Amino acid sequence: MTLSDNFNLNCPLPKADYPYVLLAHGGGGRLMHRLIEDIFIPAFGSQELELRHDGARLDIESSAVVMTTDSYVVHPLFFPGGDIGSLAVNGTVNDLAMCGARPTALSAAFIIEEGFPVESLVRVAQSMRAAAEAAGVRIVTGDTKVVDKGRGHGLFITTAGIGEVKSSRLIAPSSVRPGDVILINGDVGRHGIAIMAAREGLEFETTIESDCAPLVDSVMRMLDAGLDLHCLRDLTRGGLATTLVEIADAAGVHIAIEEAAVPVREEIRGACEILGFDPLYVANEGRFIAILPGKEADRALDILRKSAVDCTPMRIGQVVERVPDGQPGLVTMTSVIGSERIIDMLSGEQLPRIC
Amino acid sequence: MKFIDEYRDPQATARLKREIERITTRPWTIMEICGGQTHAIVKNGIDLLLPDKITLLHGPGCPVCVTSVELIDKAVTLAARPEVIFCSFGDMMRVPGSHKDLLSVKAEGGDVRMVYSPADAVRIAHECPDRQVVFFGIGFETTAPANVAAILQARQMGLKNFSMLMALVLVKPAIAALLSDPDNRVQAFLAAGHVCAVTGYGDYEPLAARFHVPMVVTGFEPLDILQGIFMAIAQLEQGRAEVENQYTRAVRREGNPAAIAMIEKVLMPVDRAWRGLGMIPSSGLGLRTEYAEFDAGKRFDLTACIAEESSICISGLILQGRMKPPDCTAFGTACTPEHPLGATMVSSEGACAAYYRYRRTKAPH
Repeated sequence: MTLSDNFNLNCPLPKADYPYVLLAHGGGGRLMHRLIEDIFIPAFGSQELELRHDGARLDIESSAVVMTTDSYVVHPLFFPGGDIGSLAVNGTVNDLAMCGARPTALSAAFIIEEGFPVESLVRVAQSMRAAAEAAGVRIVTGDTKVVDKGRGHGLFITTAGIGEVKSSRLIAPSSVRPGDVILINGDVGRHGIAIMAAREGLEFETTIESDCAPLVDSVMRMLDAGLDLHCLRDLTRGGLATTLVEIADAAGVHIAIEEAAVPVREEIRGACEILGFDPLYVANEGRFIAILPGKEADRALDILRKSAVDCTPMRIGQVVERVPDGQPGLVTMTSVIGSERIIDMLSGEQLPRIC
Repeated sequence: MKFIDEYRDPQATARLKREIERITTRPWTIMEICGGQTHAIVKNGIDLLLPDKITLLHGPGCPVCVTSVELIDKAVTLAARPEVIFCSFGDMMRVPGSHKDLLSVKAEGGDVRMVYSPADAVRIAHECPDRQVVFFGIGFETTAPANVAAILQARQMGLKNFSMLMALVLVKPAIAALLSDPDNRVQAFLAAGHVCAVTGYGDYEPLAARFHVPMVVTGFEPLDILQGIFMAIAQLEQGRAEVENQYTRAVRREGNPAAIAMIEKVLMPVDRAWRGLGMIPSSGLGLRTEYAEFDAGKRFDLTACIAEESSICISGLILQGRMKPPDCTAFGTACTPEHPLGATMVSSEGACAAYYRYRRTKAPH
């Protein structure tokens, strides 16, 4: 036994074995480096992270890139059909795809509350890796901060992403024209109800799973087929209704949809009836609408059907006409009983009704 | 979805629409009492399917809308106390009191929690013995049994830190008050199906006879409401004034005797002020003396601040069926769901909110 073995000044506990994140893990010292070396670099496995530099250098050929960012504060962190990690990757990847871009690289910044289980952090990191692989994107740079216990909610993640534009046309509300049709790639309302059921301990006959999924493949297939996509938008917070109102406003058009054409699963309809919610306003994480010329609708629906399992693409409506200058856009819906009503944005989140 | 889709069938809707047109010979004014029905009517455009001769008035049947400003101020005061966990149904959280709503109290640090059942509040009281848990007991006879069950459960568990701020209201005294008004325009009522599922409708029969108004116990799906309207018009056209039951799949004449017995065991009628309608004798439910320990109004000192209502808001006239939301100068301008002046703009069952959401702009086609 040597002298140095006897007088080892290191903590006797192996650093990686702390079961919970300590404030010191965010302190810039050895513990933080171990967190990065032991958890994030192996989980994400990208060559850029291996360089251990302050930033990631990316060689991009495309002349146009898209950049986006989003923060994820979902509670609970793990829910049926996903977790905050897969959400943080898919959410940002989908925003890039909605701009007609193939995602290239993501950054990931973690704000961790002191006392957060290291095991959960590992699970989240591995889930991010799996989601990134599924979407064909690399996590190339990141950051870690630890905040005092009680000053966070377990874990917050912010991801930013860049992607290469694969469309010659500007895919945006300003490209929307009267005569365009509105297609949706599947049933609505699953993510919001799954989160709510998990958060509030509501039990239904079947477990409702989030629809959290990457949309890159669906969008790239449509672009590769040469479809003239005018606008794409994922149906996250505020759901289908809010998205349609945003697009109608930004494009200055009247959009008309058919209630009967919007797919909603039985269990989601049931949950919404009980809670007094309208599924059109419930959040999704794997659903989007595509707006394109009417003559291309059938071809686009075919592609959507083939590009993902577990989805039921539908044509839900069309762009009727431009609204007069200076007037807000308009979204109307023909109800199942044949009457017409306006679809408006909610002022806040949907609140369960008393009766 | 089974038992829902049948009542939203477009062919059956068209048939009922034609039947209503066929039997209607004169103008009639019908009021639906319940806010849930108001929401369904405006959301589904049911009033637009009716002949011009038929006017639908929206009644005072949204518990969120009729809860007095004074009670909301008390809720806000309670929720801001550091020892209190204040539990409420979701749509009560945004109703403005004199100065603020419960969501603002939450943002300022008050422990305000949205619950789905009064039983959730009992559970929280059990889990947090060092805190005072107060549940905002609002609703009509429909929600009264659930409130009573929570109180009975709290007593059984020996909870000393659970209480309710009682704001429960009763439908029948409100209908009687509306009909007694010399300016009353209502010629027939759609009675609220879910209230009658608890209370039955035997009590309405003397009322229908005394004021000679038809009353039809009606459900909440589009076909229910259209059929209820059809039955009311048929009575009016034939000069009858009876209580009929459209909602037979949920309502019996005697109601739910077990629920009625529970309510009578724990609660008793009390005078209550209604937002927009004022004080109506014996129109609320309060705790009996044996259960007074669960009365938040007695447990805490709630020396009320002076309640202030907006001077331009006409929600009182709307709740009485004298005016419709677009008749208000503030509708959609000074008063929106983001900045509501009155409760009818807040609750999704409030007539103003329903009109704002589904009717604000006229569709170009």
